[in-house]
Amino acid sequence: MASEPPLLTMSGITKSFPGVRALDGVDLDVQPGEVHCLLGQNGAGKSTLIKVLAGAHQPDSGTINWRGAPVTLRSPIAAMRLGIATIYQELDLVEGLSVAENVYLGHEPTAAGFVVRRKGARASTAALLKRLGHPEIDPARLVGDLSAAHQQIVSMARALSHDVRLIVMDEPSAALDPDEVDNLFRIVGDLTADGVAVIYISHRLEEIRRIGDRVTVLKDGRAVAGGLPAKSTPTREVVALMTGRNVEYVFPERPVHDALPDPVLEVKGLAREGEFAPLDLTLRPGEIVGLAGLVGSGRSEILETIYGARKPTAGQVLVEGRRLKPGSVRDAVRAGLGLAPEERKAQALLMLESVTRNVSVSSMSRFSYGGWLDRSGEREAALKATRELSLRPDNPSVPVRTLSGGNQQKAVLARWLLRGCRVLLLDEPTRGVDVGARAELYAVIRRLADEGLAVLLVSSEVPEVLGLADRVLVLREGQVVHTAPAQELDEPRVLDLVMEGTPAS
Amino acid sequence: MTQHASPPRDDTPKMSPMEGPSPWRALTARADVRTLSLLGVLAALIIIGGITKPDQFLDTRNLQLVLTQASVIGVVTVGMTFVIVSGGIDLSVGAIVALASVWATTVATQEFGFLGILFTSVIVGVGCGLVNGMLIAYGAMVPFIATLAMLASARGLALQITDGSTQVVTVQSVLDLGGRDSYILGIPPLVMVFAVVTVIGWLLLNRTTFGRRTVAVGGNAEAARLAGIDVRRQRLYLYLLSGLCCGIAAFLLVVLSGSGQNTNGNLYELDAIAAAIIGGTLLSGGRGTIVGSVLGVLIFTTITNIFALNNLQSDVQQIAKGAIIVAAVLVQRRTAHTT
Repeated sequence: MASEPPLLTMSGITKSFPGVRALDGVDLDVQPGEVHCLLGQNGAGKSTLIKVLAGAHQPDSGTINWRGAPVTLRSPIAAMRLGIATIYQELDLVEGLSVAENVYLGHEPTAAGFVVRRKGARASTAALLKRLGHPEIDPARLVGDLSAAHQQIVSMARALSHDVRLIVMDEPSAALDPDEVDNLFRIVGDLTADGVAVIYISHRLEEIRRIGDRVTVLKDGRAVAGGLPAKSTPTREVVALMTGRNVEYVFPERPVHDALPDPVLEVKGLAREGEFAPLDLTLRPGEIVGLAGLVGSGRSEILETIYGARKPTAGQVLVEGRRLKPGSVRDAVRAGLGLAPEERKAQALLMLESVTRNVSVSSMSRFSYGGWLDRSGEREAALKATRELSLRPDNPSVPVRTLSGGNQQKAVLARWLLRGCRVLLLDEPTRGVDVGARAELYAVIRRLADEGLAVLLVSSEVPEVLGLADRVLVLREGQVVHTAPAQELDEPRVLDLVMEGTPAS
Repeated sequence: MTQHASPPRDDTPKMSPMEGPSPWRALTARADVRTLSLLGVLAALIIIGGITKPDQFLDTRNLQLVLTQASVIGVVTVGMTFVIVSGGIDLSVGAIVALASVWATTVATQEFGFLGILFTSVIVGVGCGLVNGMLIAYGAMVPFIATLAMLASARGLALQITDGSTQVVTVQSVLDLGGRDSYILGIPPLVMVFAVVTVIGWLLLNRTTFGRRTVAVGGNAEAARLAGIDVRRQRLYLYLLSGLCCGIAAFLLVVLSGSGQNTNGNLYELDAIAAAIIGGTLLSGGRGTIVGSVLGVLIFTTITNIFALNNLQSDVQQIAKGAIIVAAVLVQRRTAHTT
């Protein structure tokens, strides 16, 4: 491979969005005919990187060389003309158009310049589908009527309808059954045999082992490892690169509990079909229980189901012995549950509003006299709650959007503190939070537990779960594969469980 | 991650106006730039009216007329503002006004006198709002579609009731309410109703949990739901509120015109939406002001009046209205960028 010039070289790619540096000097090189895997947690920058490559985002700095010459990918069309095709995770097909119309969308074969040659388009679409191993898909059918797997094939046919030299696939196997995955791998093999390069994004290490040539690992917008051999790099090393930290964190000291009070939260056989298997869990006041697992292991789904934001298909949730109404957030909140969701901006914060209003939103009845708001009482209470968490700036009338990630998270915690909640569900509490601010957040969480809160913590960062939680449940593909006190686990052990799922002996 | 520098940079300029000692700055911080600019536009219009037709425009009777005309659409706009702030839309307001006004003026209803007419207007308005609200909140229908269906059916029903004829009001107390003798200190009762609705609307939006929930639902419905707010019930209440406002407006219109017609309230939905938008309410929800909406109504009504006094045809008025909407939205987008 080294003898050939690289097909693609991206170097020093930087891209910032308001408040986030999504890519921070990423290098990536791809050889013709190789399968280059991109690994990384959610938010590591994979999506941004492939959008830069697809011409959908313009990098702030950095250079892209295509077949030895520097190029600027000004638009998706420019990238496509060079022979770079992208198959997004969320398929970008038009459901109301036929298969053939989708495949040739934007470059329809025409007669006299504008009359679409439908027959020609259908015939060549049929040929492409046959090449992809799916001759049974009718090019005249509406894409909206196809299964997710078939839609993906159509997406791939569209990529191949161009003279393509590089195909980027964003988690193509996520929506596929095992035998469809086999077909996908066969297609990838055919393509690479023809000299087409593939950038393959997946969370599943076993897939990367099967078809990958080299691996680049992204973390926090940086390529922490580039071009590792895909087949021989030890799993532990890869996962450590994905999740591992470069900084040592200071975790608050664990108090020694002689006897904890009776459980405040009991989860009995709670399940959601297709998301997670029946789960039993008890949570006592003063205790932090961690859920460790990779993306897609059902962590967030479990939290949201306990919270009533998703309706369980089986099982029940009890708070102090009282059964919660399934699928009712209001009942959960009334019973004393609080959720700090993973997507803070989309699921928790009112971005146009002040910190005060974000904090008081779940406790409005407390400041209401027949619907009339006691605004000074509200302000004081919000100030007290935010001060307790040392939220900065010390002025809750500023808009919440001006806060840093860590302080936005504190605003969400203050909301539940003010509400007087007894069970706190934390989903990735340090996502998007400055490294420096994390230790402070850890201390806050531990202090809340010491004050009698029960905390259920979800994190994809293993050291965070091990450092903060008292007890850890390890999840793999919706199933608890191991439960143990945090002191009895270490990172390699958890990573093994998370990746391989071998239950404890 | 290199985020530590960002928060202080962002909040210093925002904090200073609140803490600034100058009373002018305190005022501008409270009444934001947009409200002041709307007041400026209104003042400019009054000057234009005063210059072009000094005798007629500034005449007390004309000003009373302008305010009276603004009252009917103004009450509708207050309700519409709540719906838009919550991220919804109510296209059926004009049709509800029509239906409520004709139902309230049938021979059968008029037998019950003043209260019969008032009660029927309000109940029909609330009833239509209830249907809208149920379809949207619990039937998971898109507000645009649900209220579009209500627009069509309410107009149809109004036509069926009247058979296209004008139903003249014979209840003397209702007619008296629209007459000059009922003015108190020179202010028509209709205008007072508008003022009261405005004040209640402002208090409801800015000083109550109801208003807070409305803003939360419009700003981020998912976050509101996860914070424990009953988003569906809130949506139901909001369309009820809009229907109630339409019922009140229908009564005002019956008083004003002394009749009920199935063509009443024609295109009120567009006028109300436009007034709310130029007043600074975000069509995407999450932000809006009652004061802005009312100023929007006054601006539109004043323009109509000035154009009519200057014998300009309604086509010119329409073009001017369109231009104002575009200008207001462009200004809105600019201020959105700077914040």
